[in-house]
Amino acid sequence: MEKFVYIALFAPLVGSLIAALFSTQPKTAFTGWFTSFMLAVSMYASLNLLHFVYTTDSIIQVNLFDWIVIGSLNIPFGFVVDQVSVVMMTVVTVVSTMVHIHSIGYMEHDKGFNRYFSYLSAFVFSMLVLVMSDNFAVLFIGWEGVGVCSWLLIGFWYHKESATWAANEAFIMNRVGDLGLLLGMFLIYWHIGSLQYDIVFAQISTLENSTLVWIAALLFLGAMGKSAQFPLHTWLADAMEGPTPVSALIHAATMVTAGVYLVIRSNELYTLVPEVGYAIAALGAFVAIFAASMALVNNDMKRIIAYSTLSQLGYMFVAAGLGAYWVALFHLATHAFFKSVLFLGAGNVMHAMDDELDIRKMGGLHNKMKATSIIMAVASLALAGIFPLAGFFSKDKILEAAFNADAIMLWAVLWITAGLTAFYSFRLVMKIFFGEQNYSNEEHHPHEAKNFVIAAMIPLAILAVIAGWFEHAFVEFVTKTLPTWEASNLNHSTAWILILVTSAVAIGGIAVAVIKYRNGGFSKSWENTFIYKLLSNQYYIPKFYENFISKPYYAMSVWLWNVIEVKLIDASIDGLAHLVNKLGVKARPIQTGNLSSSLRLMVLGLILGLVFALVLSVL
Amino acid sequence: MTLNAYLILSTILFCIGLIGVLRRKNVLMLFFSTEIMLNAVNVGLAAISKFHGDLSGQIFAFFIIAVAASEVAIGLGLLILWYKRTGSINLDDIAVMKG
Repeated sequence: MEKFVYIALFAPLVGSLIAALFSTQPKTAFTGWFTSFMLAVSMYASLNLLHFVYTTDSIIQVNLFDWIVIGSLNIPFGFVVDQVSVVMMTVVTVVSTMVHIHSIGYMEHDKGFNRYFSYLSAFVFSMLVLVMSDNFAVLFIGWEGVGVCSWLLIGFWYHKESATWAANEAFIMNRVGDLGLLLGMFLIYWHIGSLQYDIVFAQISTLENSTLVWIAALLFLGAMGKSAQFPLHTWLADAMEGPTPVSALIHAATMVTAGVYLVIRSNELYTLVPEVGYAIAALGAFVAIFAASMALVNNDMKRIIAYSTLSQLGYMFVAAGLGAYWVALFHLATHAFFKSVLFLGAGNVMHAMDDELDIRKMGGLHNKMKATSIIMAVASLALAGIFPLAGFFSKDKILEAAFNADAIMLWAVLWITAGLTAFYSFRLVMKIFFGEQNYSNEEHHPHEAKNFVIAAMIPLAILAVIAGWFEHAFVEFVTKTLPTWEASNLNHSTAWILILVTSAVAIGGIAVAVIKYRNGGFSKSWENTFIYKLLSNQYYIPKFYENFISKPYYAMSVWLWNVIEVKLIDASIDGLAHLVNKLGVKARPIQTGNLSSSLRLMVLGLILGLVFALVLSVL
Repeated sequence: MTLNAYLILSTILFCIGLIGVLRRKNVLMLFFSTEIMLNAVNVGLAAISKFHGDLSGQIFAFFIIAVAASEVAIGLGLLILWYKRTGSINLDDIAVMKG
């Protein structure tokens, strides 16, 4: 089975390197198909591993080579395929294979076609390193690798200033989180002397409580950066500058869930400090409603989906924070399927509408893009959590977890968010595909995407429908590694009432959206209210960051440059150089070039030397 | 004769050579002067070698003679070239390295 581990891990890397060879050349369809094929190989290997781990219940651990061996520090390049990582591998490779195939259609006319596929496969490789690693150090390599690939892909159209800005923003915000992750790793190493998961988690309970709180909080800071939790959330919406399949893969399905994965992976740690877990859950619930509220009024198709991603990540953190780790992992998996398919559908719409993103300028596209329309509607239903689609099962479990932990506030927040989610998802669908046509036929000629593009979306759409049905098998499978959790405080009827109440609010949200937007939507005066402005300006948080962090930082940098750099450092270095220069000018007359005077000086020096030697010998 | 006499001879010869190096402006004379200095040292080496009954001083003198010969050969060659180019072998005319 070891060979499947290596195949799953390295096939995307091979694809990426081969595509990189052609990166400066004009489009060659070969790179797209080749990288997709390599991804399919990786997916096949991952599914094989899933089958193996599922049927035999054995964990595969491989050591590629020793990486750092200094004194007592020993960090191997080791990989582990257990129940958790194999689920992540499967999700990552399935989604990325479909996204690769979809991208062949989406990037068809792009100059950077080959470069794009090289980056995209490199991302998948980094993500696999992240999820398969058996220690924190290699996880960190993958963590940074996905960060770099995300940066490359957000700024893929680097000639656009907004794209480079968004790429840098994402990268810098992630640095803040990464610092936390690094410090957390240092603390772990300091106290335990190893970074291997099995050693660390076997000894973690021996540490003091305050240390554990610090480690948990710092690791979560890393997770916050990667998973775009408040207050490091602004980069995710801006990351939508990248090509849309990238948003589907990186900024919805895989990379942003790395933070959730980290918390799930460190469950032994978070179980010991429930107060940190509760803080995580509270923050997650806050982000869930906070992001959903922003999605309500936004008019940018991709940003709406991005905010919805943010909100769903909040849900996952609620589950993880309350100790329901398998629920978080379950929602992570189902969310990956329906969210990636939503983004891919958005990509089709963008293509059809010549890169138009404003949903106010769409409408009535259902007749022209039936397949995309149906797939996106299904994915939206799954996102809203309608029975029997995937989102229903996972989201419902999260709400149960909140209720079960007696966190009624969290439950209420998540319950409202479920309604908002349903509303904005169907606002999106209604505005794009139904309602009246808001563009002129001369301007745009919408057309359905190519068949293979739709074909790439169908497996994901099917998974978005059926993934929830495997809940029991999934629970049984992952709880072999993760702690079990069940709604122990709830009796059967309460659970049923919760399910009904949640479904009711979701259906209500959908109904409101459908009825409202069928009749032309909200009135214009709504847009002048304070709350609308607050929401559409994202609570003025980007402005706040710009005015209170970026600008002062810029001013400080300018000051440092003008005063410290130019006047202090440069001046002192230049002063030294000038001094040497002046001394040289002063010493120049010595060099007459006359040999006989040089000889005289030499003899003089010789005599002085002799005298000196004499004096020394006498003394 | 005593060792002292040889050493005094060597010193006198060396000083003559040194004065020549300091006073002469003709490059050819400069070469003669340096030869005198080198051979003054040779006298000293040979004398001390004999005094101590150790041959290495005399062998060293041979080396110096050989090196001096090759030095003069190269130096004279350069001097001839220099004379052909400038028509003068006066030291004061050679000041191309003036800073």
